[in-house]
Amino acid sequence: METSMAIHRHCIIVENLTMAYGSSIIQQNLDFIVNQGDIFIIMGGSGCGKSTLLRHLVGLQKPSLGRILYSVAGHNKEAGWGQSHDAGAGKTQNAGAGKIQNAGAGKTQNAGAGQSQKADGKKGESVSFWDTSPDNRRLLMKNMGILYQSGALWSSMTLAENISLPLEEYTNLGKSSIRELASLKLALVGLAGFEDYYPSQISGGMRKRAGLARALALDPEILFFDEPSAGLDPVSARLLDDLILELRESLGATIVVVTHELASIFNIGTNSVFLDPVTKTMIASGNPVDLLETSDDERVVKFLTRGEGRQKV
Amino acid sequence: MGTISCDLHKNELNQSGLLVVMAGDFIMDSPPASSIDLVEKIHSIKDLKYIIFKTDGLQRWDSTFLALINDIHSYCSKKSIEWIDDSLPGGVRRLLALAHAVPERRGSIEAARKPSFITVFGGKVIDFANASSDIIAFTGDAFWAFLRLISGRYKIRGSVIFPVIKECSADALPIVSLISALVGLILAFVGAVQLVMFGAQIYVASLVGIAMIRVMGAVMAGVIMAGRTGAAFAAQLGTMEVNEEIDALKTLGISPMEFLVMPRILALSLLMPLLCLYADLMGIMGGMAVGIFMLDLNVMEYYNMTKASVSLNSFWIGLFQSFVFGILVAIAGCMRGMQCKRSASAVGEAATSAVVTGIVAIVVATATITLLCNVLGI
Repeated sequence: METSMAIHRHCIIVENLTMAYGSSIIQQNLDFIVNQGDIFIIMGGSGCGKSTLLRHLVGLQKPSLGRILYSVAGHNKEAGWGQSHDAGAGKTQNAGAGKIQNAGAGKTQNAGAGQSQKADGKKGESVSFWDTSPDNRRLLMKNMGILYQSGALWSSMTLAENISLPLEEYTNLGKSSIRELASLKLALVGLAGFEDYYPSQISGGMRKRAGLARALALDPEILFFDEPSAGLDPVSARLLDDLILELRESLGATIVVVTHELASIFNIGTNSVFLDPVTKTMIASGNPVDLLETSDDERVVKFLTRGEGRQKV
Repeated sequence: MGTISCDLHKNELNQSGLLVVMAGDFIMDSPPASSIDLVEKIHSIKDLKYIIFKTDGLQRWDSTFLALINDIHSYCSKKSIEWIDDSLPGGVRRLLALAHAVPERRGSIEAARKPSFITVFGGKVIDFANASSDIIAFTGDAFWAFLRLISGRYKIRGSVIFPVIKECSADALPIVSLISALVGLILAFVGAVQLVMFGAQIYVASLVGIAMIRVMGAVMAGVIMAGRTGAAFAAQLGTMEVNEEIDALKTLGISPMEFLVMPRILALSLLMPLLCLYADLMGIMGGMAVGIFMLDLNVMEYYNMTKASVSLNSFWIGLFQSFVFGILVAIAGCMRGMQCKRSASAVGEAATSAVVTGIVAIVVATATITLLCNVLGI
């Protein structure tokens, strides 16, 4: 894990991004890079376009201007993905299931990523979601896991079926191994034994964790969290933060979090971007802790200190 | 009950002011009777330089009091009348300060301004054009998804389609039975009144049989399914949109059109002819009940007359219509569901709109098919 941290491979590159609904601009001139292994925080006041930025990052909305480039290891690893994707994906999944340990699954992926880096030497190659081929786009989608604000579990399916759907869609695994994987993912988020519950039968916090289990289903390289602590009590929010840190460590995933929860921001963030709703652009970026100490922008300091200003420091 | 009285007041500089004395309760349950008078009084005084309050007798107060004070305050600041609020309760002053802490938003008035007739009319025309192109685009998408399905690019999951099948068939039987039997009954009654005059009551069987099988069975089943299942489709998909469940599908690379819409269109369009068949039968039974109990026809007589007068062509036309209605209702329901905005009320609007669209489509399609059959002589 440490080595890949040191390489600082770029994972997502946002270039001159402008987001707009029709003619009303939400944010413009966004330029930032998410490195591999980062826990990247998108922060800003309410209504500044944080969630919209996330929707752009996961490919739900097309940028009005500029581009978003991704370089996921899988892209280099399986260049001829169109024909052999099922077999390749299956192998990774089997390795994870065999060891019944998330560390195992993580290692498999990291090893693969590292090798492809050395073998191909295509370090800088990245693809834009909207300009790439359908196969590449599918590969990108497979490598992104998203936890939506309310969990967004499919309400007509049980938790196990929710987690199985991505696996059925992207792998050739048999029914029993898919079921096994689903149980494992549920156990990872502390929901062992809830396989056959429907989303309406569990609490909001559990739904969120089940949503996380679904996001983890395909061992994605990038995980997106939309307001993970919204609607959770402080202890659950803290536990979720710890889980995010653990996932970064053990799966080697890159994590993008949209939040305005200060405790989380300082606790887990390693890099960030601060969006301002008035100027409609980013006004700060970097490690949130450093930002708190060094930023000379009043708006950023105000946000990071709950409006109290920097008196303690 | 609060009381307000006001007196002219002079300060050291001999400027004219107003002393407002307030006493008693100013609460929502017993609003002061004279608040209008006070405002009018203030408006009527010219050269008013300041307003001063005396609230020693003030007992209980709530937002009504605050609103009154705020009213006077905004008048004062507009006319630059000095505002001496020393004697107002501390809570009132702080709340007033809080209400004025953030300046009023400009531009919200602009939105409320009434647009001109041409703007409204043009907007409606553009909306209509957009809505039409949405319908065409959605239908095209659905057709493309259907082609991909029959060419084997993806499969429909049993766990998705079976609940829909149940919803479109077994669950709908009771209501379809009731409505079609009653429609058959009504047709028979209406026909009987005229036919009995000629002693031709036996032709009630022909009337009911042809009407039900050729048109009414399909139309009744279609309307029921538009109100029942079309609305349910819209509500289901709309709720999924609100809960980001559709986004979750999209970001997994699963097309909602293939995963959610296609099973619904298939299920409804294939089951609708069966429902129509059932509705035909129930309608004829309804007519038969009138024939037997009111017109003294016997069962075999009625049966034979029905059989003799209904052609196989009518039967196929009925089934074909119901198949078309199934597609229309499913598309209307799914389209409105997928277009749903992200709020709870939008789901209700989507369901309503699905029913309206579905029924309009059914009526237009019935007219078109009937006309075509007439021209083609079927």
